[in-house]
Amino acid sequence: MELLAVFPPLLGFLIAALFGKQIGDKGAQFVTCAGMIIAALAACSLFFTVILASHPYTTVLSEWITSGDFTVSWALRIDQLSVVMMCVVNIVSACVHVYSVGYMSHDDHKARFMAYLSLFTFAMLMLVTSDNLLQLFFGWEGVGVCSYLLIGFWNHKHSANAAAVKAFVVNRIGDFGLALGTMAAFVVFGSVEFDVMFEQASAVAENTIEFFGFELHALTLVCLLLFMGAMGKSAQLGLHTWLPDAMEGPTPVSALIHAATMVTAGVFLVARMSPVFEYAPDALMVVAVVGASTAFVAATIGMTQFDIKRVIAYSTMSQLGYMFFALGVSAYSAAIFHLMTHAFFKALLFLGAGSVIHAMSDEQDMRKMGGIYKKIPVTYALMWIGSLALAGIPPFAGYFSKDIVLEAAWADHTWFGNYAYWMGIAAALMTAFYSWRLIIMTFHGQPRAHQKVMKHVHESPGVMLVPLFVLATGAVLAGFVFYGGFVGGGHHGAESGHAEVAQEHHEEEGAHRTTFVVTKEGVHAEEDMNSAPEGPVSVNKIWNKEGFWGKSLFVKDENDTVDAAHGAPFWVKKLPLLVGLIGIGFAYLAYMFFTGVPAVIVKMFRPVHTLLFNKWFFDELYDRLFVKPAFKIGNVFWVKGDQNTIDRLGPDGIAHKTLRAAGILSRFQSGYVYQYALVMMIAVIGILSWFVFRSGNGL
Amino acid sequence: MVDFPVLSIMTFLPLAGVAIILMIRGDAEDVERNVKHMALYTSLFALAFGLFLFKGFDGSSAEFQFVEKVEWFSSSGFSYHMGVDGISVFFVLLSVFLTPLCILASWDAIKTRVKEYMIAFLVLESFMVGTFCALDSVLFYVFFEAVLIPMFLIIGIWGGPRRVYAAYKFFLYTLLGSVLMLVALLTLYAQTGTTDIPTLMENPVAVNIQIWLWLAFFASFAVKMPMWPVHTWLPDAHVEAPTAGSVILAGVLLKMGGYGFLRFSLPMLPDASLFFAPLVFWLSVIAIIYTSLVALVQEDMKKLIAYSSVAHMGFVTLGIFTMTTQGIAGGIFQMLSHGLISAALFLCVGVVYDRLHTREIGRYGGLVNNMPRYATVFMIFMLGSVGLPGTSGFVGEFLALLGAFKVDTIVAAFATTGVVLGATYMLLLYRRVIFGPQANNDAAAMTDLNPREIGILVPLALLVLYLGVFPGAVMDRITPSVDRLVGNYQAHINREPVPEEIIEEEVILKDVIVVPDILPDAVPAEEEKEEGESHD
Repeated sequence: MELLAVFPPLLGFLIAALFGKQIGDKGAQFVTCAGMIIAALAACSLFFTVILASHPYTTVLSEWITSGDFTVSWALRIDQLSVVMMCVVNIVSACVHVYSVGYMSHDDHKARFMAYLSLFTFAMLMLVTSDNLLQLFFGWEGVGVCSYLLIGFWNHKHSANAAAVKAFVVNRIGDFGLALGTMAAFVVFGSVEFDVMFEQASAVAENTIEFFGFELHALTLVCLLLFMGAMGKSAQLGLHTWLPDAMEGPTPVSALIHAATMVTAGVFLVARMSPVFEYAPDALMVVAVVGASTAFVAATIGMTQFDIKRVIAYSTMSQLGYMFFALGVSAYSAAIFHLMTHAFFKALLFLGAGSVIHAMSDEQDMRKMGGIYKKIPVTYALMWIGSLALAGIPPFAGYFSKDIVLEAAWADHTWFGNYAYWMGIAAALMTAFYSWRLIIMTFHGQPRAHQKVMKHVHESPGVMLVPLFVLATGAVLAGFVFYGGFVGGGHHGAESGHAEVAQEHHEEEGAHRTTFVVTKEGVHAEEDMNSAPEGPVSVNKIWNKEGFWGKSLFVKDENDTVDAAHGAPFWVKKLPLLVGLIGIGFAYLAYMFFTGVPAVIVKMFRPVHTLLFNKWFFDELYDRLFVKPAFKIGNVFWVKGDQNTIDRLGPDGIAHKTLRAAGILSRFQSGYVYQYALVMMIAVIGILSWFVFRSGNGL
Repeated sequence: MVDFPVLSIMTFLPLAGVAIILMIRGDAEDVERNVKHMALYTSLFALAFGLFLFKGFDGSSAEFQFVEKVEWFSSSGFSYHMGVDGISVFFVLLSVFLTPLCILASWDAIKTRVKEYMIAFLVLESFMVGTFCALDSVLFYVFFEAVLIPMFLIIGIWGGPRRVYAAYKFFLYTLLGSVLMLVALLTLYAQTGTTDIPTLMENPVAVNIQIWLWLAFFASFAVKMPMWPVHTWLPDAHVEAPTAGSVILAGVLLKMGGYGFLRFSLPMLPDASLFFAPLVFWLSVIAIIYTSLVALVQEDMKKLIAYSSVAHMGFVTLGIFTMTTQGIAGGIFQMLSHGLISAALFLCVGVVYDRLHTREIGRYGGLVNNMPRYATVFMIFMLGSVGLPGTSGFVGEFLALLGAFKVDTIVAAFATTGVVLGATYMLLLYRRVIFGPQANNDAAAMTDLNPREIGILVPLALLVLYLGVFPGAVMDRITPSVDRLVGNYQAHINREPVPEEIIEEEVILKDVIVVPDILPDAVPAEEEKEEGESHD
């Protein structure tokens, strides 16, 4: 079954890429879509056999690299975490494949596009099912290449090519960390296989390693280096500049790669490595701070952009920030929960935006939209669903996941937990604001597009809408349905020493109840399990986060913020919802009713707006600090180093000297035999006397 | 195993082909055609023997195999001694694999003096195979140096406009190193009384002599590699050489330097290798970063790939001198992989050069539209060069870096920046040539790969991918020899520190020509290193 969930996309890619001409565009579309749907169904069936039956396993496919004590193999690690990821990847990918059939209907290279999408999915699956860091690296780089190919898919556009190269190179900077992290892990653990590393994590927790002349805490170093890779792939602050530019790619690509799957690989990496990160608290702190700052900064930029896709791109970056600070406070299950719900509603938003762009004859600037909600009502409704989920309005998916993330941050009770919480609240306010800014600017008000364009505005065909319905279902239900399984209270909720009030938990649709009772000794959990007697596979046992995740995520008991989060006070829980509603209200006020307000605000805060509108000047800074100097130094090395120094002192110089010397020497070639004879005589005498002298000396 | 001398046949078969070619007579056109075919068949025949060698090679053994030994001058210790082990066998295969591809690549590109050109290539093949098979240092030296002659002619006769400058630069650099290596080999002979490589490998000479010998060998091998700062001959040689010349130059000739380090420097001069390892590390790191940055600003495709070769060879030297199993195996694998990838990249440049007769990057653009197949294979090699996992380029690079990380994290970190820079210059090259608008009409009118070119490039692409996914096919056969090399090395370095005895032994062995005046300095240095080693 796991083979069926992983390899059909590869097969689809090979057929579409090698025989695209023979089978035609239709054939290629059919093959790739069919492959993806099979894989999606297989992944869903794994969900039942692996998660609900608690039966994780690993399938070794073949040996990869063996050198001395270094061995890695190609393997599929099918545990709860990877199955969740596989389900998300395959379902979203299947939706995007089908959607692309409609979206790319006017393109000349349909087969190539579908092939790339399938190859991407395969690489992503190799990434999430890997059982060692190196295969993960393979998938990691594989998705990077596919991303490069797909961003630059419309390669006649200069900007698309530039964005593609930028994406790959910035990602490579992160990979630099990931590669070093892998090496460091090998030195520390003696292996890069997850099982070995996880087993030894507690044993080597006190070890140090010499790096760059410093003695550093080994696990912190490993984790930070790996996190550098995660920052690149998941567009965290500092290495994020490629993500907005990546929107040059076709919209289905943005939905699949730059919202739902690839960019979450960093989150997955940290969650996968949770047994190691747990022993590196400093690294977790860095993760939390970077994540929280990203969430905030990205949201501020998102409020000022006009390109519909860029707004959603910054929103993605901001939501990734949420996931990272959740990881940073050890709320791994919450992070993956948010990853899952986010995949649905963000893919929905992107594909919805794609429908809008499609309808508006490839216009992406929101200033040239407006007044189209009556013409494309289905898209309009779907965008509402996506935005409601993103803003965290109940009962949509985002409400459940975002709240648990924020509550966990608060429940961490550390300075960076609090920092993350408040940054998250601020970002939630802005998220709601820019989401409705987007909706109102795009759909409401006076039509600002050209009449010709307006005439053309049409609802998308069924092949594009059906995938949207699937995603919308996820965006509505995923949070509510899976809350209990992903982050539901565990059997030993007693760890949450901060719970001040007796509280009853029955948010889960299952019958499992846990009751917290505060007594003098502390907090006890009394479990009401009578509805689930000893059975072979009891849903009740599985449907809480311990049972659901099994051993695939590891949290030290004292770090279990997700459990603690359930006991967070009322205001902590409801504040995100409140600021979300306020944000929506602001957006309505500013863009619906008092349309002059935004301009006034921009004028009032001109410097701030300039900073935000120009994305905090990261691009300009990097250009000046790294890009231009690199080329300049390259030129200096080439001209001054190679040509003027090495060559002048080396071969050219020697040649020059030799020529001059030869000129002098040639005078000796006078042609007079007596001169030659004289020289010869002197030489013979000289050599002979040297030999005599030497042998005499020796004897 | 086998009773007939496979290695000698492989070495001298191309020369037999040359003899036949010399006998071909007739009118010019017929001669040209027959010569081409004869050369191709000869090289294919050699390749068939290569496959036979691969099949017969016992990958689980570290010993020299297919050994042939004939006493030459019985009194002097010279002998005709051939054999391959896990380290050399794949270089032999690489040589016989690339030669037919080169001949095919020159099929239409070479218009003048076709007969001489083909002869030069067959002679070159013979010498290359001989270099990697030779187990006698004199024999090795003869082949090693003889390789220069056909290569010199190929660049100097069939090269581009500045071919004479490039050829002399190439010759001057390599000759300088060679002279010093000859001195070193003679000194080794004087010290030990034998030129037999396996014997020399088992009996390292005295420490004080090692230092000088190492430097002499280094002068030769570093130029061949090439290492920074003696790399400047390479870009010029590549740019001026005809496509097939570049292929052999990058594919095989550069590897002779790395092979030399593995055959001579490491086993015969272990103490000196340990002593100089930091030097090699930093030269490698400089090479990686420096040449990557230089590659970034090139406007000439071949020059860009030439500079990238220097950077890639930096990973090789880095890996080899880590003296770890991973580092050395990674270095060897990187050489083999680079032999395939850079050869393929030069062939790719040749494809468009044959059509447009320019190597200037700016003259191309948007080739994906009119040459989609070319774009696909070029992409595979580009990604291989970048070191993408799943291509052969990754395995060697990663293992070499892993070895380096074990020894020195600072060096490893700096060297790893090469993966970022490597991605940058290769992607920019690819973007400017393959993507973007079709600015030039003549470039836009170029036709896609013809069957001959597909026949050349596709096998290379498949190998690059296969070795990326299943490197075991090569790695498993390399490993025993590498393990033995590392094992001997460690045993030698970790032996009981009794310097006086060693010196006496060595002195007794043969009259010492070099007076051991640096002795007191060298010995403490070695002890220090030993402490450093045990610390790890």
